[in-house]
Amino acid sequence: MKTPSNLKYAQSDEWFDPASGTVGITDYAQNQLSDIVFVEILVEEGEAVTVGKAIASVESVKASSEIYAPSAGKVSAINKGLSEKPEVLNSDPFGEGWMIKIEGGSAGDLMDSAAYEKHCEGRAH
Amino acid sequence: MAKIIEPTIFELSSPGRLGVTMPASDVPETVLPPKELLRSDLPLPELAEVDVVRHYMHLSQLNYSVDGGFYPLGSCTMKYNPKINEDTCRLPGFLYTHPMQPIETVQGNLVLMYEMQEWLKEISGFAGITLQPAAGAHGEFTGVLMMAAYHKSRGDTKRTKMLIPDAAHGTNPASVGMLGFTVVTIPSDARGNVDLKALEAACDDTVVGMMLTNPNTLGMFDENIEKVIKLVKDCGGIMYGDGANLNALLGIVRPGDLGFDVMHFNMHKTFAVPHGGGGPGCGPVGVSERLVDFLPSPLVGIIEEEDEDTPPLYGFVTPKHSIGRMKAFHGHFGGGLVRSYTYIGMHGPDGLKDISQYAVLNANYLQARLRGTYKIPFDRICMHEFVMEGQFEGSDIRALDISKRLMDYNFHPPTNYFPLIVHEALMIEPTETENKDTLDRFADALIKIAEEAKSQPDLLHNAPNDTQFGRMDEVKAARELVLCCWLPENYETMK
Repeated sequence: MKTPSNLKYAQSDEWFDPASGTVGITDYAQNQLSDIVFVEILVEEGEAVTVGKAIASVESVKASSEIYAPSAGKVSAINKGLSEKPEVLNSDPFGEGWMIKIEGGSAGDLMDSAAYEKHCEGRAH
Repeated sequence: MAKIIEPTIFELSSPGRLGVTMPASDVPETVLPPKELLRSDLPLPELAEVDVVRHYMHLSQLNYSVDGGFYPLGSCTMKYNPKINEDTCRLPGFLYTHPMQPIETVQGNLVLMYEMQEWLKEISGFAGITLQPAAGAHGEFTGVLMMAAYHKSRGDTKRTKMLIPDAAHGTNPASVGMLGFTVVTIPSDARGNVDLKALEAACDDTVVGMMLTNPNTLGMFDENIEKVIKLVKDCGGIMYGDGANLNALLGIVRPGDLGFDVMHFNMHKTFAVPHGGGGPGCGPVGVSERLVDFLPSPLVGIIEEEDEDTPPLYGFVTPKHSIGRMKAFHGHFGGGLVRSYTYIGMHGPDGLKDISQYAVLNANYLQARLRGTYKIPFDRICMHEFVMEGQFEGSDIRALDISKRLMDYNFHPPTNYFPLIVHEALMIEPTETENKDTLDRFADALIKIAEEAKSQPDLLHNAPNDTQFGRMDEVKAARELVLCCWLPENYETMK
């Protein structure tokens, strides 16, 4: 399981890059979901979001899940190509699989990589 | 069963072959609509009657059904449907009646509906019953509408939050969404119960109520059910019971006595109405005293009491603050109500209790046989179903591989990947009708598969190996949504 140390993590398995404001889902999340077959970004550029707002909907062969904003702020960019190639969420969740960028966001109560790893281990069931 | 490679009906087609010979037209020809409204091609298969019959016969032989084998699909309750139900629902007095007939001519039907209302009250402990909803999820929607109407009638309009445990069926949040309420998810604790601390924190004067399945989708009876209901009611909320798992409680616990205010019945799970395409569905709803005036209209009631010379007259009555009609006419009468009436009448009170006790016994027997081979994350006495993990330490085998391999042993797989709170969930519900031999064969197969996972993992990765078709490419099927067996000429431009 990859957990880059420059990122911050939400309990609901989103990552947030405090430097760039980029948001996506974690390696743990993509692995639990298995093959992702559909992704839809639910917010638009310029939209204000609050922590916990549903920003995307992701479907795998196992389940469908909502992805929540890990930080408040204004949506400054959207990964438009993502819906055409949902498989990159599996292959490169921290890179090509980024979802949106949030401007003026903050890491707030988010976990660092060590705390997030512990959080995942604690979820044996 | 022999392996049959059955072509599609289009592949079987031969130009000019006919199923019927049309007589010469004896009416004048009419003009076709303008050319722009017609398509240039509409491929229809051309076959003789016998070819069509054989084609569908072959396809039906590929089907797996509860009449053909063990079907432990957890949460779905694929119980055997006694064939006597098929006789009764085809009795001419039921079959050839129309919902708009004068009530004097359909008294038998109305008596059946009236008794069904009374029986469901007795079974569930509720004060009133509607038989209208078309199926379980429609029943949920009906229940949530009544909850909203209740709060509104009291001027209590700030209530917008519905509390739903993370183990719930997906239909619960969907029903709530239909009314524009917000869902607040309540986690489960380490024993599979509702987390009381989280529930207490969520309970305030904006709560519409809580939707709770008990036993829940882990197959666990909530050990704190009375505390859960009290917390919800103390903050002014209404307690909704998802009756999906009522088949574990018949004759043992009544949801109405526990303090639930409203609950839908899934007649296919509890009272042996056929599933899905074998339907139609049927989802009556029961309510406690405080909601009876909001029930959908009409209900069946006695509109003229009997006297010495004449029996009572049954007809339709409207509750005082009814939310209105949920369905044209009176619900799924023949397919849903007559069949379940037969099932309940045939078993009687003691028989219904047996059904639940055997369902629970069978599930616990399977759980006991599989414990040790498979990890059971919430490991305690279960109700009518249980959930185990379809994965092994240090192996890349997943629940899906185990399920596919079960098909090679001629068993229908259990439910995969639900509930979501268990990793690689395999949810097993044997139902009450299976004998010990069948349960043992199934447990033996799963134990053998666990050995194969270690010794010959490719047998699982490639499974099913012995069925008509091998492993389907589910990812490709979900990513490339091409469902046509033929593509229109302009397919490329349509994309």
